[in-house]
Amino acid sequence: MSEAAALELDHVEVRYGSVSAVRDLTLHVGRGEIVGLIGPNGAGKSTTLNAIMGLLPARHGEIRLHGQALRRRSAESIARAGIALVPEGRRIFGDFTVEENLRLGLAARRRPYMGDPLAPAFELFPVLREFRRRQAGALSGGQQQQLAIGRALVSRPDILLLDEPSLGLAPLAVDAIFKAFTEISEVGTAILLVEQRAQRTVALADRTHVLVGGELRMNLGPADAENTEKIIAAYLAS
Amino acid sequence: MTVLASIDLQTLGDAFGQGAIYALMAVGIGLVFGVLRLVNFAYGQLIMAGAYTLAYTSGWPVVASIVACFAVVVALSLAMDRLVFRPLRSSSPAVMLVTTFAVSFLLQSVALIVDLRDGTLGQVASSVAPLNQAIKVGGVEVRKVTFVAVAVALVALAALALVLTRTTIGLHTRAAASDFRTARLLGVRANRVIAFAVVVSGLLAAAVAVLLTVQNPFVQPTFALEDTIIVLVGVVVGGIDRLWTATLGGFAIGFVSVLVNAALPTDKTVFLPSVVYALVIVVLLLRPAGLFAWGRRAAMERV
Repeated sequence: MSEAAALELDHVEVRYGSVSAVRDLTLHVGRGEIVGLIGPNGAGKSTTLNAIMGLLPARHGEIRLHGQALRRRSAESIARAGIALVPEGRRIFGDFTVEENLRLGLAARRRPYMGDPLAPAFELFPVLREFRRRQAGALSGGQQQQLAIGRALVSRPDILLLDEPSLGLAPLAVDAIFKAFTEISEVGTAILLVEQRAQRTVALADRTHVLVGGELRMNLGPADAENTEKIIAAYLAS
Repeated sequence: MTVLASIDLQTLGDAFGQGAIYALMAVGIGLVFGVLRLVNFAYGQLIMAGAYTLAYTSGWPVVASIVACFAVVVALSLAMDRLVFRPLRSSSPAVMLVTTFAVSFLLQSVALIVDLRDGTLGQVASSVAPLNQAIKVGGVEVRKVTFVAVAVALVALAALALVLTRTTIGLHTRAAASDFRTARLLGVRANRVIAFAVVVSGLLAAAVAVLLTVQNPFVQPTFALEDTIIVLVGVVVGGIDRLWTATLGGFAIGFVSVLVNAALPTDKTVFLPSVVYALVIVVLLLRPAGLFAWGRRAAMERV
């Protein structure tokens, strides 16, 4: 190993009260890698992302960014350390303009860069530049998702966490954001992608983990994308 | 028609002045509510502390006295947040509201102790009193403070609107007021945003302290208490979840109070609160979401 993985989860357990939502979860995402996390509803996928962001405490185990433990840090400080979450339901500010939404993403920026600070979003999704003065709430669902991803990218994070970004989107809009994931990873950003679209995720990601009932059940590679039976079997193995 | 006939230009001027002062208070309360989801009943005691500061510095040059007022009120506002609101930030709204009642009564008691050191209740803030003189505008007597109040309110609100829409801290504050959890996920610093809201709310309370002291230089521990209750009602009537509707609500209730007061026969002015609150009930029955809550559904999330 030449360098520590960008993001590591080491035997992580997360509980809601006495119920453990995620147990003994170990995975890592390296620089420029796309790692998928799929599984049925309630498997603990969103819980995992929320634990990484510090929204939920990890009861056991460690979550590390570039080898440094994130224990007890607040969501805002984790965001400023270089992890950006595109939350479930996008959570854009509908009353604000597109540009204001993007400027909010700059709150987590670690250092100033040359040129337009919003360039990472505009280069990936030109429609955001075109509609920068519009109210974000007036955009289509697909555009709102692009805005949510663009807002996360303007802080130039090392890790991008995505919580079901394709949920409720039209097929063309799904194509657009999946294409964007490849471009994002090519500039070195690590992606942890939580998705319901299992086959697509397996085909895109370097590795895909299947989470069932809070535990890792199976690891799949891009070669397994056509193996529908194997994916279904992983989901049902409870 | 007797009601309308009793409203002359002088009354109208007073109504604008009162509305302006209440609008400033409404912004102060609304800003803190936006980021903390906390209805600060103790807001009036910030104003009261400012009024006492003006009274106790009456011998100073007016500017120094006003600066002292601002310093004391902002410091008290920050202390209130630091010592009381921050430890309770994750508590339920009911706990926080009751706590602000406690803070309110505590500060009134402290004021009473301080005030009674000279053996009499109440202090007179005389340095800013000259503003209460009347000047003639087009044959109508209007008190100078009315113009000052309206001007201060317009300048303060315009400045605040600029800060909220044009600066980074303003953007972060609006985001926090709209969805604090998501704002923090994006790296917005909660403590910085809250401190900003608390300081601005304190600045507004200090300005209101100056304006109210001009109108009523006799400062007691209950100073601004009733005004605060009326403004809180106005804020709810206007719609507390948005700053501009809360502000309009504050203005409206101040404006209407003066008009109702003028319309009531002189021997019936004790019924002023009853009439105003009856109007409030009617408004809330007709528009439960707030008097100015138009187009609330327009910006819903789309799928």
